[in-house]
Amino acid sequence: MKIHEYQAKALLTRYGVTTPRGAPVFSAAEAAEATERLGAGRVVVKAQIHAGGRGKGGGVKVADDPATAARIAGEMIGMTLVTVQTGPAGRVVSRVLIEEGLDIATELYLGLLIDRAEQKPLFMASAAGGMDIEQVAADTPELIHKVHIDPGLGLAAFQARGLAEAIGLTGVPARKAAALMERVYAAFLAVDASMIEINPLVVTGAGDVLALDAKVTLDDNASFRHADLADLRDLAEEEPLEIEASKHELNYIRLDGTIGCMVNGAGLAMATMDIIKLAGGEPANFLDVGGGASAEQIKSAFQILLSDSKVKAVLINIFGGILRCDILAEGVIAAVTQLGVDVPVVIRMEGTNVDEGKRMIKESGLKCSTADSMGEAADVVVGLAAGA
Amino acid sequence: MAILIDARTRLLVQGLTGREGTFHARQAADYGTTVVGGVTPGKGGSTHDGFPVFNTVESAVRATGADASVLFVPPSVAADAVMEAADAGVALIVCITEGIPTLDMMRALAFLDGRTSRLIGPNCPGLISPDRAKAGIIPGHICREGRVGIVSKSGTLTYEAIHQLTRLGLGQTTCLGIGGDPLIGTSFIDALELFEADDDTEAVVLIGEIGGTAEEDAAAFIRASVRKPVVGFIAGQTAPPGRRMGHAGAIISGGQGTAAEKMAALSAAGVTVVNSPSEIGAAVAARLKPEDGVGVAAGTQSGV
Repeated sequence: MKIHEYQAKALLTRYGVTTPRGAPVFSAAEAAEATERLGAGRVVVKAQIHAGGRGKGGGVKVADDPATAARIAGEMIGMTLVTVQTGPAGRVVSRVLIEEGLDIATELYLGLLIDRAEQKPLFMASAAGGMDIEQVAADTPELIHKVHIDPGLGLAAFQARGLAEAIGLTGVPARKAAALMERVYAAFLAVDASMIEINPLVVTGAGDVLALDAKVTLDDNASFRHADLADLRDLAEEEPLEIEASKHELNYIRLDGTIGCMVNGAGLAMATMDIIKLAGGEPANFLDVGGGASAEQIKSAFQILLSDSKVKAVLINIFGGILRCDILAEGVIAAVTQLGVDVPVVIRMEGTNVDEGKRMIKESGLKCSTADSMGEAADVVVGLAAGA
Repeated sequence: MAILIDARTRLLVQGLTGREGTFHARQAADYGTTVVGGVTPGKGGSTHDGFPVFNTVESAVRATGADASVLFVPPSVAADAVMEAADAGVALIVCITEGIPTLDMMRALAFLDGRTSRLIGPNCPGLISPDRAKAGIIPGHICREGRVGIVSKSGTLTYEAIHQLTRLGLGQTTCLGIGGDPLIGTSFIDALELFEADDDTEAVVLIGEIGGTAEEDAAAFIRASVRKPVVGFIAGQTAPPGRRMGHAGAIISGGQGTAAEKMAALSAAGVTVVNSPSEIGAAVAARLKPEDGVGVAAGTQSGV
């Protein structure tokens, strides 16, 4: 789960990580009040959306007084912010973070995630802060310093000191940065994060070390033990059809094409998207109904697919293992009869109870095409979508 | 021969009394697997569907001589169950459970480090050595005994590949799903090493997915150490970056883990990489043709 910058900072603060003083606000009036509360001086107004690159997109601005902060916040709230990470559609800003302006001497980078190959947490630090770290990694990998953490022992103090030195810190800022790293690691474990990124980590003129920006991604698999973090989810940042799908325990991702796909299993679902593309079509979605879907879930899946007006044809590709083909057929028949499907449907099913499933589809009198192989199914559905 | 499981395997089912455990223990036994019992804490001493139930893996192993365990336990306790099996000395641990927190898995893998157990998964369909034994959820009826090994990150896409092979008359030595999570026990490389050393395996199918660098690592290993023909497919050629495609591990991030990179790496290592998932079976058949002297001969020699 992705969360907003202000939420990430609040979480990190709980574990002792220093962040600038500030508050999230939802209106111009609140922005003025928040600026007052921070005292005299400059504030930064930051649009809160689940995407990076906000600065270049006009989502980060400074204000020297409450009236200016209110004006800027008023302009930002409700605007559609387009950044390199949002795609051309952009995201609507519903809240901004008002934060104290700082006297920044140095901008650094910190990142913490699980290294899949080493199967250990990996702390990354760089003196090249405030920039696109992926670009830094590609162009000047030597500027990124890495330390693997022993899962049993945790981040050792010497490792944190080593990283602080590697990114050019000495004296008090080095000590403060090392302490901050240990707190970031503690937060990572405590909230079951899958990634924490602080870009930039800043050293102020006074020698303080703070997380000026923060990105925290939480491991969805661990949400069962973090009921207190559930309300950090911002549904406005998610695609409505994807939210609807998640209610039915379906895994749906909306894409831009015209061919709706319903598949069981993530790998087969991706492969089905691939074969549609090879046949000259474009998939409208990724949809994995899971290993043991019920007839009811199949129906919901159909409903979600058809809610996308771009869909011109539907391909159902099911390899029955636990999910039996007769259950699939039952769900499809119910959906088509009750929902009044007016786009062509191609069904390819194989595996457990396939003959029974095929018989049910045939006897139902549904107008749909069947195919024996994935390749054939893709060719047929692409042809139908083009003709529609 | 086959890899990892065969007719001698003595299989334990952790989470036997649950819905999935009950169903798949019966399926495995009906397939001919020697299922020696199950573990459900608190239900020890009873029998379930004819199988003896134990409170702990240790007591189950002591009583039954189990050397493999398949796990159908809830995600919140699955990593603990993996560690319990390893602590009891179970040689092969197959974790089917999906949705285990990454940090739990990280700790379980650290626990396994230095112990003798091999972990398959988690979030995988398990494995089957056709006509011998199975541990997991791969449907037995689509498989047939033969000479092709399969290793895959996916579940149903593995069934698809098995089905294509079986239809072409190409049976399998062992079909192995290693799982689609970021952290897993047995890797592509481990599986390739086992298939390369297995006398009966003449060709290997490798099915990867976007995300991570396991396929690139496998390519380097194949180039250096695999002489048998390998056919590869990577799912997710059309997946957009930054979106997680179902499996926790299937995400293109930081420009890394794209299908194109993986396919190029595998091709460069001599793997026949198919663009379409419907061509997997035919590509294996082509690589196994008698005139493909290199592949087949190498497969035979490696067992000598």
